[in-house]
Amino acid sequence: MALELGRIPIEGIRWGRATRIEEKVLLIHREELIERTWGGDSRITSLDADLAMPGESVRIIPIKDVIQPRVKVEGGGGIFPGLVSGKEKVGNGRTHVLEGCSVMTVGRIVGFQEGMLDMAGPGARYSSFSKLLNVVLVIDVKKGITQQEHEEALRLAGLRAAAYLGEAGRSITPAEIDHFESLESRSTKSSLPKVAYVYMLLSQGLLHDTYIYGQDLKALQPMLILPTEVMDGAVVSGNCVSACDKNTTYHHLNNPIIEELSKRDGVDLHFAAVVVTNANVTLLDKEQSSSYTAKLVEQLDVDGVIISKEGFGNPDADAMMNCAKIEERGISTVLITDEFAGADGGSQSLADAHPRANALVSVGNANTPITLPPMERVIGDVQILGRLAGGHPDSHSEDGEITVELQVILGATNELGFEALSSKEI
Amino acid sequence: MDRKLKVVHYLNQFFGQIGGEEKADTAPLKKDGTVGPGLLFQQLLGQEAEIVGTVICGDNHFNENLETAKEAVLELVKGYRPDLLLAGPAFNAGRYGTACGAVCEEVAGRLAIPAVTGMFPENPGVDLYKKSVYIIETKPSSMGMKDAAQQMVGLALKLAKGESLGSPAEEGYIARGVRKNYFAKERGATRAVDMLLSKMKGEPFVTEYPMPVFDRVEPSPPIEDLSQITLALITSGGIVPKGNPDHVESSSASKYGKYDIQTAEALSPETYETTHGGYDPTYANQDPHRVLPLDVIRDLEREGVIRDIYPYYYATVGNGTSVANAKKFAQEIAKDLLRDGVQAVIISST
Repeated sequence: MALELGRIPIEGIRWGRATRIEEKVLLIHREELIERTWGGDSRITSLDADLAMPGESVRIIPIKDVIQPRVKVEGGGGIFPGLVSGKEKVGNGRTHVLEGCSVMTVGRIVGFQEGMLDMAGPGARYSSFSKLLNVVLVIDVKKGITQQEHEEALRLAGLRAAAYLGEAGRSITPAEIDHFESLESRSTKSSLPKVAYVYMLLSQGLLHDTYIYGQDLKALQPMLILPTEVMDGAVVSGNCVSACDKNTTYHHLNNPIIEELSKRDGVDLHFAAVVVTNANVTLLDKEQSSSYTAKLVEQLDVDGVIISKEGFGNPDADAMMNCAKIEERGISTVLITDEFAGADGGSQSLADAHPRANALVSVGNANTPITLPPMERVIGDVQILGRLAGGHPDSHSEDGEITVELQVILGATNELGFEALSSKEI
Repeated sequence: MDRKLKVVHYLNQFFGQIGGEEKADTAPLKKDGTVGPGLLFQQLLGQEAEIVGTVICGDNHFNENLETAKEAVLELVKGYRPDLLLAGPAFNAGRYGTACGAVCEEVAGRLAIPAVTGMFPENPGVDLYKKSVYIIETKPSSMGMKDAAQQMVGLALKLAKGESLGSPAEEGYIARGVRKNYFAKERGATRAVDMLLSKMKGEPFVTEYPMPVFDRVEPSPPIEDLSQITLALITSGGIVPKGNPDHVESSSASKYGKYDIQTAEALSPETYETTHGGYDPTYANQDPHRVLPLDVIRDLEREGVIRDIYPYYYATVGNGTSVANAKKFAQEIAKDLLRDGVQAVIISST
């Protein structure tokens, strides 16, 4: 049992008469993309498609999710199972990946915590998404539907668009093929240190949810998942949380911890398992999930665990409980987190702490202010900035510059460790 | 064009060779060139920089006339148009440390030039000024002068030349407790796996964020008789009068609002809403009591369970708000409540 990821580099995107890949250029039949994205969802009232390229003076706001186009070529199941494909288990066979491009869903604000992205200028340095060729879908929905329906309509539309564009890669010969031996089928007898990955996902309800095979994670127990299932879209974001540390679907598909552990598996460590756990709101749920996660990790008989996070504040408590309970069992942990140390960096960074959490990787202080020049073109609505987490009602200056916190830049302090940003004491 | 950096050195009456404790009332004065330990500093600065003047002030004078002394010292420093200020080192001398910290803060803040001092970690000046001032860690007494001078000069020259600094431990200064972003060589996931491998092997590793010391608050003893109390309501759930008159931010709040509820029996969705950006506001906007329970508290007041409700409530947003801001809000609000004889508070968070 194994998954092959066939990587198809995309170096240009253009509107075309048919959707296909030609000489590393993704040609898109715009009307068909719009129709397939719409998918007959009667909640959607308008849908437009735009393109945003690296280095172009474009500001995109507010962004809900980013998704990488992929297609299942061999093996059971389809991409994004349980949502736009059947529920059959994924993670085997062959999947083709359109590298270097994305689908972004944009449109009227659902929650306060959606993101902004500049494709050029100083803001572009903070997000890998600024380096992608982006197909931006601006979607509006019927007045009067609930915010939950609004979120769902856009989430599913984005997945449909990514699956549709992914189809263009079905019969292309990949430039590179990465082979991932499924963890379940390998010998566990290794003299290398055994490492598990505890994958904390936000599941607080009220527009703060993550889906596994289409199931709402807040109602699930911590459980094992195969890295190859994640690569096939088993984990999908439904989060309207702060843009800087929201794990978008793109981040899940390309989880850097899974990539890193897979790369070093058999070299200097033995990658034993991935445990998915939730971050619910109540104390009882937190205690339950962290205890069960620690139990699973202990059962796996590993020497060390990487813990990743999503969101800030409330989930700091889940992160500390996970760290403390796993360390108590004599297992080493490293936690990846961002910081909210105030604009001047002088405040305490986390809402909870534990002495056993003695190995942290910081992915940056999200409160840090940044001033960004005006962009020539805006996709979406820049006036919404004042209502986003990380923006302020007076973010706009008269000369068109904006001053915001890094918090508003999509992916800037991603807690899967997707970016190189960090923070240190001075 | 290369030219020597101009340096001013700040000293107290003792190191400034005016006299001992009996001269601690000396008002700020200046002397051109080096004085006392300035000679050692000049040797270390070498050809790169020149101490053009020394400003001296008695420790008692400085501490007893803080505002005017600061101003007078600043004027004297400014007169030399320096590129750099060195102060002390003050070792474990408390009043001298406070003066060095204050002078550095003032000079760095208002003249926008680098300023460096040196103190023993227990010097009270450290806690007062470490956040805004570079303080080289020294030994408790002037036995440590040479080491201190060397490190102060090294750091000061780096700052003056705009060179990037290593960690506080590498540079020898007392950590300022300020977090600053930078781009690391490797992405976070790679750093995490490297750190874990070191930790599992028992090799040394450096956490990128040491755990803070938490300010745990002991709960007050229970109130025996509720019928005699005034109860106040506070929320970090963002319930504000409609339109958010004080512009309390939806996240990373820099302020809180204080709102009159003397005549309000209940909070209607027509007149109140939430400005909180961290949760789905639908339910709070439908019925603000879900976050700020004024309705049931009014019932308790009518039933005589409590005597009355404080005529104002306070609201801020907890979403991404720094602990330092939250602490400041709490101190101000607590002052109001204590002054007005409030005995109990219900704080609703979200």
